[in-house]
Amino acid sequence: MTQPVSGTTKGGGQAAAAPRRRKKLTWDKVSFMLVFLGVPFVLYIIFVISPFIQAFIYSFTNWSGFSPKYDFVGLSNYVRIFQDNLFLKALGNNILLLVVVPLVTIVLSLALAVVVTVGGSSKGQVKGLKGSGFYRVVSFFPYTIPAIAIGIMWGQIYDPSNGLLNGLLRAVGLSGFKDYPWLGDSRTAMLASMFVIIWGFVGFYMVLFIAGIKGIPAELYEAARIDGAGRLRTAMNITIPMIRDNIQTAYVYLGIVALDAFVYMAALFPNAGGPENSTLVMAQQLFFTAFQRGQFGVATAMGVVMAVATLGFSGLVFLVNRLTGGKDQELV
Amino acid sequence: MSVLNKTTAPEGHVERKAEATKSDKAVAGVSHVVLILWSVIVVLPLLWTFMSSFKSSSDIFASPFGLPTVWHFDNYSRAWQTAHIGEYFGNSVLVVGVSLVLVMLLGAMSAYVLARFKFWGNRFLYIMMLAGNTFPIFLAMVPLFKILQNIGILGTYQAMIATYTSFALAFTVFFLHSFFRNLPGEIAEAAAIDGAGEWRTFFQIMLPMARPGLASVAIFNFLGLWNQFLIPVTINASGPKVLSQGLFSYAQQMGYAVDFGALFAAVTVTVLPVLVVYIIFQRQLQGSVSQGTSR
Repeated sequence: MTQPVSGTTKGGGQAAAAPRRRKKLTWDKVSFMLVFLGVPFVLYIIFVISPFIQAFIYSFTNWSGFSPKYDFVGLSNYVRIFQDNLFLKALGNNILLLVVVPLVTIVLSLALAVVVTVGGSSKGQVKGLKGSGFYRVVSFFPYTIPAIAIGIMWGQIYDPSNGLLNGLLRAVGLSGFKDYPWLGDSRTAMLASMFVIIWGFVGFYMVLFIAGIKGIPAELYEAARIDGAGRLRTAMNITIPMIRDNIQTAYVYLGIVALDAFVYMAALFPNAGGPENSTLVMAQQLFFTAFQRGQFGVATAMGVVMAVATLGFSGLVFLVNRLTGGKDQELV
Repeated sequence: MSVLNKTTAPEGHVERKAEATKSDKAVAGVSHVVLILWSVIVVLPLLWTFMSSFKSSSDIFASPFGLPTVWHFDNYSRAWQTAHIGEYFGNSVLVVGVSLVLVMLLGAMSAYVLARFKFWGNRFLYIMMLAGNTFPIFLAMVPLFKILQNIGILGTYQAMIATYTSFALAFTVFFLHSFFRNLPGEIAEAAAIDGAGEWRTFFQIMLPMARPGLASVAIFNFLGLWNQFLIPVTINASGPKVLSQGLFSYAQQMGYAVDFGALFAAVTVTVLPVLVVYIIFQRQLQGSVSQGTSR
């Protein structure tokens, strides 16, 4: 297996043509490969891959999580959760989040990013707005804050009597909002929660889009200008098509956030579910089913439904991007 | 100033400095208004939380605005000690610190081998690594709970560190893979010719060369792990609490009860250190975001 001589197997001075020659298998190399791949992959397989696989298997059993025994029950866990009104309610709420949160976050962060990068003069060099660095830094703040702290903070801001929001509304004379329970009323609880999530992510995606926009060659903008395109046309016909892959990434990640939303809802609503379960999400149901009701089998089935929803959504985003002409960029 | 500019040089202006037209000014003005508005929406809640952390509960009840009548620094000592935020902070530093070092080391190791060595199964391992990134974490949590229990480490630092490290691996490998791939090969070749083994080549040459990439990934891993909530809440319910988890259980215990000042102080303690570090290193971080997106 090991060759005694390395490198110069072919006589003559021809120095390595291929960048990676076949080398002998030394102890150095074997130990190197074993350790460098072995240690990370063993960890990864035990703690990441195997739980995912087990989750799929358990979702077809009646495992309680406590007894070592369980029976396979076919699809009955799935049948059961799709007849469970509470889970369906949670699924509906997640879908609502999925429709609103990514769209609003992306529109808002894209608008801010466009304004920061190309809001400057319409003559000469394509320039950003003055002071754009400041806005970028400030907008990014929420991303550095743990989601749980964001949730608790906003829970206080929405507080009916001592909260910042009602305080501000009263201060500008909207006394109708005196003591209005934003999180306690099923009409506003979901909207208020959505705002919190959006607040937490706009800055990050703004920075991401700014980076994308800066990567667009300036000649494109100059050419568009010479052709007489205005700011809006430039944004719609150059900026957005050029960073559509960034937008796709953002959509996928925000979709994952919206289908989860566990941490925000847990922090905002001490009584899980909020008023009339208007903010109950699937992850909360999963959590209670597993760790409080001890129905691990049912809980993992919920997890599988969430995973399928997430993957389905990602697939949809890729598909839409492809169908609307992503990748092979059509520039006007 | 604007009038002067406009009247002096419509044509043949010597300096090639672009002038602002009327519409430019309007657009810039509107842009600033929009951006300032958003900045206020971002900063105001934070300032309010900070301010409230020095108030007594009665101050908070009296008015949501206004400075504290007496500055209650004792809110912080109650949050730190009575609410155990100090202890949770320490746990977080330990768990996140060790996990971060481990995941960077292990991630760099496997990314390097996957990126620069040809061997049977390479592609399979890489795709398996990526697959872990596509499934939502909560699917894994229930079986993971059981696995940790079976190994006998449920509720320990080791369990948290092993879980944090493993779940951060996929992102780390994914990012560093392309980074190692783009490093020039000649230097490694030269090292090999000079007699350096694979181990030495990696630790003394490749790893230092990858420093910018490592820094970016480390920053994102730090934020991701420090802010992690789902993992500790599910698998560490009985273990030494980390900050996000401890803050949550403190807020829960309080319910509608009394000590709002201490709650605001606890939130501030959670938010402020990372925010300050961010402000200091924001230049590097902004760079990382752009690096992360350029692939």
